Amino acid sequence: MKHTRIGTAASATLLLALTAACSAGSGATGTGGSGGAGGAGGAGGSGGGTSLTVGLVAEPASLDFTTKDGAAIPQALLDNVYETLVKVDQQGDLKPALAKSWTVSPDRRTYTFDLVDNAKFTDGQPFTAKDAVYSIDRVKNAWTVSLKAAMDVVQDAKALSDTKLQVTLSKPSNDWLYRMSTRVGAMMAEKEASGLATKPVGTGPYVFDQWRRGDSISLKANPSYWGKKPYFQQVTLKYFKDPTALNNALLTKTINVIGTVQAPESLAQFQGNDAYEIVEGSTNGEVLLSMNNGKAPFNNVKVRQAARYAIDHKALLDTCWAGHGSLVGSMVPPTDPWYEDLTGLYPHDLAKAKALVAETNAGATPVRLRIPSLPYAVSCGQVVKSQLEQAGFKVTLDQLEFPAVWLQSVFKDADYDMSIIAHVEPRDMPAVFGNPKYYTRYDNKQFQADLAAADSGTPDEQVTLMKKAARELSQDAAGDVLFVLPNLMVAEKGITGLPKNAITESFELADLARS
Amino acid sequence: MLLQILRRTAALVASLVVSSMLVFVFMALLPGDPARVALGVNASDASVAQLRQQFGLDQPLVTQYLSWVGGFLRFDLGTSYVSKVAIAPQIVDRLQVTLWLVVCSMVLALVIAIPLGTVMALRQRRPSGLVLSALSQVGVAVPAFLAGILLVTVFAVKLQWLPANGWTPPNEDPVQFLRQLVLPVLALGLVQGAVLTRYVRSAILDVQREDYIRTARAKGLGAMRALRRHGFRNAAIPVVTVLALQLATLLIGAVVVERVFVIPGLGSLLLDQVANRDLIFVQDIVMLLVLAVLLVNFVVDLLYLVIDPRLKVATR
Repeated sequence: MKHTRIGTAASATLLLALTAACSAGSGATGTGGSGGAGGAGGAGGSGGGTSLTVGLVAEPASLDFTTKDGAAIPQALLDNVYETLVKVDQQGDLKPALAKSWTVSPDRRTYTFDLVDNAKFTDGQPFTAKDAVYSIDRVKNAWTVSLKAAMDVVQDAKALSDTKLQVTLSKPSNDWLYRMSTRVGAMMAEKEASGLATKPVGTGPYVFDQWRRGDSISLKANPSYWGKKPYFQQVTLKYFKDPTALNNALLTKTINVIGTVQAPESLAQFQGNDAYEIVEGSTNGEVLLSMNNGKAPFNNVKVRQAARYAIDHKALLDTCWAGHGSLVGSMVPPTDPWYEDLTGLYPHDLAKAKALVAETNAGATPVRLRIPSLPYAVSCGQVVKSQLEQAGFKVTLDQLEFPAVWLQSVFKDADYDMSIIAHVEPRDMPAVFGNPKYYTRYDNKQFQADLAAADSGTPDEQVTLMKKAARELSQDAAGDVLFVLPNLMVAEKGITGLPKNAITESFELADLARS
Repeated sequence: MLLQILRRTAALVASLVVSSMLVFVFMALLPGDPARVALGVNASDASVAQLRQQFGLDQPLVTQYLSWVGGFLRFDLGTSYVSKVAIAPQIVDRLQVTLWLVVCSMVLALVIAIPLGTVMALRQRRPSGLVLSALSQVGVAVPAFLAGILLVTVFAVKLQWLPANGWTPPNEDPVQFLRQLVLPVLALGLVQGAVLTRYVRSAILDVQREDYIRTARAKGLGAMRALRRHGFRNAAIPVVTVLALQLATLLIGAVVVERVFVIPGLGSLLLDQVANRDLIFVQDIVMLLVLAVLLVNFVVDLLYLVIDPRLKVATR
C-alpha cells in the first residue's frame, strides 16, 4: 500500500502545481471583464448591504431592447434601470411614474404630461421633458424592433417646459398610452445612447452593474434615486436553463427567489415546507390553440366550433400544466380591464362536437397540428390531439424545432392547420386576430371595426368595446385559448413585495424587501 | 523522425480541411433562416434581407465557406448574428471556465486511475482486485450527467455540504470557486477515472508479461520496483493514447455537466447559441472543438516518439 500513497502524494502535488499555474493565468487575463461591462473588479458593491439573488430562466442575448427582441431584456432593465412616464400596476391599471399626472384633450389626440422635477439619470444629468421628447423620437427614428410600431401614431412630441411634455397623436389611441408603460416608453438619455448594449443608463431605482454572460446580471441600488429608495442594495439576476438546476439553487440557498417556475409539477417539493413561500398569480400569456382561419378546414366556422366543443379545458390544464393557470374563454387574460369569463360560451360538449364534425365531414382529411418544441406545447399537444380525435377529427401531430423551424413554417408561411403557442405580449388580441396577414389569418371586418373604435374611444368606451370584441372572437371560434399561463414564484420565507401577477414586461425589484 | 513528423503534420492539415468542410456543410443544411431567427418573430422581410446581406448570407456557399475559413486563419471568428458582438473574445472567456473543468477532471481521473489500475493489475486474482475491478465497471457504466445529478442530490440538496451549482471566478472568491468546482469535477473526473483505470490495469498486465520485467525480477528487483523502473514507461504508451481520446469525451461531457451545474463555460455557450440559431457562433465553437481534438491527437502521436525510442528507430 505504501506505493499507492506515494503515487497519490505525487499526483496531489501535480494537482496543486496545476492549480497554481491555472489561477495565475486566469488572473492575468481577467476573467471578470466579460462582455466589456467594465469595472468588474468590485462586484461586492456597497459593503455589508443587503443583497438578493433572483433565479430566472431566459438570459438576454443583448442588453439593447431598441434593436433586439426578446422578453429577457426588459424583464431585467425596465422599471429597474429604465423608467417610463406611466406604469401598469398589479391590477392592470395605469398609474403615474415619471409623469405625475396627465390630461387628454377633448379630441383625445393631445396628451399633456406633468413630469416629476427631481428625477436624475444615473450619470448625473437631470431628467427633463427634452429627454422624453428625445426618447419618443428615438423610437421612431432609431429603433429597429417591430415593437417600435407602437410609436407610429405619434405625430409630434414637444417640451413645453422642463416638466411639461406635450404629445400629439395622428388619431386617438388608448393603446398608445398603455404602450408607454412598456419598453417603447423607456426614458433614455441622449448622451448615453452609445452604451445601450453594454452600459444602460436610466433614472430608475437600480443602476446596471455588470453582466457576466452565460451567468448573471447584477444591479446595485441607485443612491440618488428620486423616488422611494429600494431595500436591497445589490440584486443579482441569475439565469438557469435547466428547471431542476433552478430549483436546486433555491434549495441550496444559492438564490433567494425563483422568479418563474418552469415546471409546475416541481412545486410539490416546496409545498408544505415552512422555509419557502409560493406565490401564484396570473400573466399575459394566453396559450392559444390556433387554427388557420385562412384555409380549409378551419375557414369553416362550424369546424372551428367543433374543435372548441371538443376541448375539455379543465382536464387539459390538469394534465399538462399541473392544474395551475386560469381558464378564460377568449383572448383576454384575467388582469385586463375588459376581462370577462367566457368559458361558458363553449363548454366541453362531445356530442355537439361530434355532430359538427359529422355535419362538415371534417373527419375525412387529417388535420395537421404543428406545435413548437416548447414545454407547454409539447405537454398539451398530445392531450389536444386525443381530445380532438374523440370528437371524430383525424389529427397528425408534428413537433417543429423552436424558434427556427416553427417560425418559418407556421408563423411566417402559415403552413399549418392548428398549432399551440403562448402569446405573451400584453393586450395582444388586436395583434393576433386583428390583422388578416397574421398567421391566424383571421379576417373579420366587424371585429376589426370594434377594435379600432375601442382604441379611439374614451377609456369607458374602450372597456365596453373590447369586451364586445372578445366575445365576438370567442363566439366565432377564431381560436381556442387553452389557458392563461400562471405566474409561479417560490421565495425564501420572509421576502416581501414579490409581484404576484407578471403582467408587465419587467420584473420589478424596487418593492422587494426582507421582513 | 523528421519524415514522421512531416507525415503527421500533413495528416493533421488534411483532417482539418475535411472537417471544416463537414462542419460548414452541416450548418448550411440546417432548416430555418438564421437571419430571421436572429431578428425575432415580427421582423419585416426588408430587415431580414438587410441582415442577410450584412452577414453575407446571400453569397454563394463557396464564398461563405472561404471567407469563414479565411477569418479563422486570421483568428477572426466573425460577429454573432444575434448579439452582433465579436465572437472570439466571448469564446476565450468561456474557454477559461471549461479548461478549469476539463484540466481538473483530467487530473482527478489520473490521480484515481494510476494507483488504482496498478493495484488492480498487481492483485488481479485477489478479492481486493476483483472488488476494485467491479467498482470501476460501475463507474464506466454511469454517464457523467447522471453522476452529476446524483452528486447534487446527495451532497448539495440533502446534505447541504456544497453548492448545487454556479460558478465564481477564482480571482473573485477562491473559496467559493473551489466549493463550486468540487461536484462538477467529481462528476466528470470519477467517470473518466473509472474508464482510465481499466486501461491502466490492462496496460500494466501486458507489461508484466514482458521479458524485460522477468529479467528485472530475475536480477532481484521486487515486483513494484521492477514496475517502477521498467514497467511504467512502457505502460504509458497505450494509456496516453486513451488519455487523448478521453480529452474529447471530456470536452463533450463538459457540455452536459456545465448544463447540470449551471457553469458558464464553452459547453453552455454552445447550447445557448444552438438555441439562438446563431449559426456562425455554433460553427466556430464546433470547429474549435474539432481543432482541439485533432491537435491533441497530433501531439500524442509526437509524444509516442518521445516515450518509446523504438518507434524512432523503426521509422528510419
